[in-house]
Amino acid sequence: MTPHAVSWAWVVLALPLAGTVGIALGWRSLGGRAAGWIGSATVGLSFLAGLGMLTTLEEVPPEGRHLVGSAWQYFGSSDVHVDLSILVDPLSTFMVLVVTGVSFLIHVYSIAYLDSDRGYARFFSYLNFFVFSMLLLVLAANFVLLIVGWAFVGAASYLLISFWYRRDTATRAGIKAFVINVIGDVALVIAAFLILDRLGTLDFGGAFSHVHALPRDEGPLIATCLLLLVGAFAKSGQLPLHPWLPDAMEGPTPVSALIHAATMVTAGVYLIARCYPLFEHAPTAAAVGAILGTVTLLFAATVALVQTDLKRIIAYSTISQIGYMVLGVSAFAYSAGLFHLMTHAFFKALLFMGAGSVVSALGMTNESIDRMSGFRRAMPFTFATFAIGAAALAGFPLLSGFFSKDEILSFTLHRGGVYEVLAILGYAAALLTAFYAFRMVFRVFFGEPVSEALSLERGELAHAEPRNPLTGEEEDTDVGFPGPEHHIAERAFSMKAPMAILAFLAVVGGLLAVPGLTSEVEHFLEPTFAASEHIHDRPPEFEQLTGLLVGGVLALLGIGAAYFVYVRRPSLARSARERVTPVHRFLVHKWYFDELYDCVFVRPGRALGRFGRTTIERVFVQGALVGGASGVVRAGTAFARAIQTGYLRTYALLLLAGVCALALYFLIASR
Amino acid sequence: MSMTWFVVLSAFIFCIGAAGILTRRNPLVILLCLELMLNAGNVALLAFARAHGDGAGQVFALVVIAIAACEVVIGLGLIVAMYRRKLPIDADEMSELRG
Repeated sequence: MTPHAVSWAWVVLALPLAGTVGIALGWRSLGGRAAGWIGSATVGLSFLAGLGMLTTLEEVPPEGRHLVGSAWQYFGSSDVHVDLSILVDPLSTFMVLVVTGVSFLIHVYSIAYLDSDRGYARFFSYLNFFVFSMLLLVLAANFVLLIVGWAFVGAASYLLISFWYRRDTATRAGIKAFVINVIGDVALVIAAFLILDRLGTLDFGGAFSHVHALPRDEGPLIATCLLLLVGAFAKSGQLPLHPWLPDAMEGPTPVSALIHAATMVTAGVYLIARCYPLFEHAPTAAAVGAILGTVTLLFAATVALVQTDLKRIIAYSTISQIGYMVLGVSAFAYSAGLFHLMTHAFFKALLFMGAGSVVSALGMTNESIDRMSGFRRAMPFTFATFAIGAAALAGFPLLSGFFSKDEILSFTLHRGGVYEVLAILGYAAALLTAFYAFRMVFRVFFGEPVSEALSLERGELAHAEPRNPLTGEEEDTDVGFPGPEHHIAERAFSMKAPMAILAFLAVVGGLLAVPGLTSEVEHFLEPTFAASEHIHDRPPEFEQLTGLLVGGVLALLGIGAAYFVYVRRPSLARSARERVTPVHRFLVHKWYFDELYDCVFVRPGRALGRFGRTTIERVFVQGALVGGASGVVRAGTAFARAIQTGYLRTYALLLLAGVCALALYFLIASR
Repeated sequence: MSMTWFVVLSAFIFCIGAAGILTRRNPLVILLCLELMLNAGNVALLAFARAHGDGAGQVFALVVIAIAACEVVIGLGLIVAMYRRKLPIDADEMSELRG
């Protein structure tokens, strides 16, 4: 086997790590935008190394494209051997390219976007660490290293979501994300234990080749797969572990783009795809995953219809789109799910960058679309790229999302049984997706221009007000906050270029897998999924083309409806809202998930904490244990002090009494 | 002559000495009372030595006299030192060891 691909993979891993450490240690000497350029360069070079990985892997014959490189043994005992080893196969190469490619563009975007932030170097150090963690996750060749990367990603997301750490809402969101991620981590660790127990190894290759020896659909295997799903769902923001993802919008906009497009949320999809032999051997668990994915995509699409925070709408659309991917990989349509992962990375990063630009234009303080209107003329470039992103998200014919989403749905439909129902629900959500995607476009860029848009047309940029839009409190700008200088895509080249590239990719990305014409992604990933039972069970071309037609019609319908409601008859939205107030309120409150969790987990947890603090800590520990011990000592010393009167006669009396007592004792004892 | 009288005398003198130490405040008197107690011990030692027909008790009495002489030297020295420093000649005033 050629080791070249593996060597390239080590380089891919090492570069962002070097960037993290370098920026973190040398931030004092990195003036200006140096940290940003260094951070971008490491990830960019990492992408190039990923291309090296790709070309060297292509030289290997398809059946041998499963290369494992081991640095050293992590630990070993009689039965368990865990190496620090990485796996290079088409799936990990694909993920490396998507992660590093999109991350690089986001890094470049951040160079200008965070320009006046006081935590500039810290930001890029975290950002590089995030990319490194994700690369470790996708390159791991065994479950232990996967869990390490998994936990690193969780920690990095915590650091970046609460990047503006003087902001109360941001630290809360970071803690929420971390806690929910830890639930997933724990599930993943238990799943790894079960895999070791049932299959005797933690290596991917070994575990997946042993799985066929087990009885099909047996209990422990289903439990393992369900635990893997819990881990995946916590990371990917799927129902019911999604609430952290919309809150994660508290971080700077590039962080949202990074979390939603390149790293983090795609990890769950990757995990399910990576563990496909387990899921195929436990179809019950796969069906559970598919059903939950469908419920999630419907749920998030309905919530996205009524939210007013621009970044939160995009966040819910991410949850919804990840739901499609989970549905795809759970319906054994791996290449379709991963293809959607890639196209989604393009247009979702693009949408976030556009949103960041608009938020900048509003002075960095308001993300509500109620305050946005008519930015079309003021920000033509942002408008064009954002509209392309939204169109790709909506599945506008011939754009990337059109092909990838419909590939998932036509494969799911082809699986039959319960999957047919799920596919139909998926089509229904596609209509909603088109509607909410263009609701954003029409409400932000069309209509009467707001004052900020008008002043921007005159060439002035609104100034940032250091005030938290959620709570209205003053920001502490010392520790990093987009200061008075902020940047919009129209004026900053390093924001413009990544958006242009992503817009281009969002348009043409779908051409990699046009039914009947090209199947690049599927062909490339085939060696990884060669053992799949369903690899050749694909819908006939006619069905796929019909699906495309239906998807395209639904997308156009949704866009048309949004145009009608928000541009032609703006009063219609209000009257519709008034007519179905309960439904509207239900959706605005996000199906009351936050309130439910608040009642079931947060409040009892807080009550328990208060009980521990007041009763256990104060009364038992401080009162009885600590207080008791110190009380005994204090009483003893008080007694000893009382004896020392300083009067000579007292000492004499004590001496005398002692002697008398001794004499008395001997007298009595001698009897 | 019975032993009892000697022992009773010894105990009597000892009690006088002890009572003096516990009640008096003048260090000079306390020193005198200490002497009384030591000599009460001497009486008891001599009486028992005689009763047993043994010389050891008399030797111990001589040792006690020698120690008493040393103790008087130190005690009187202390009192003179206190007097020179114009400290109050009162045992109750010297209570710096109070806890």
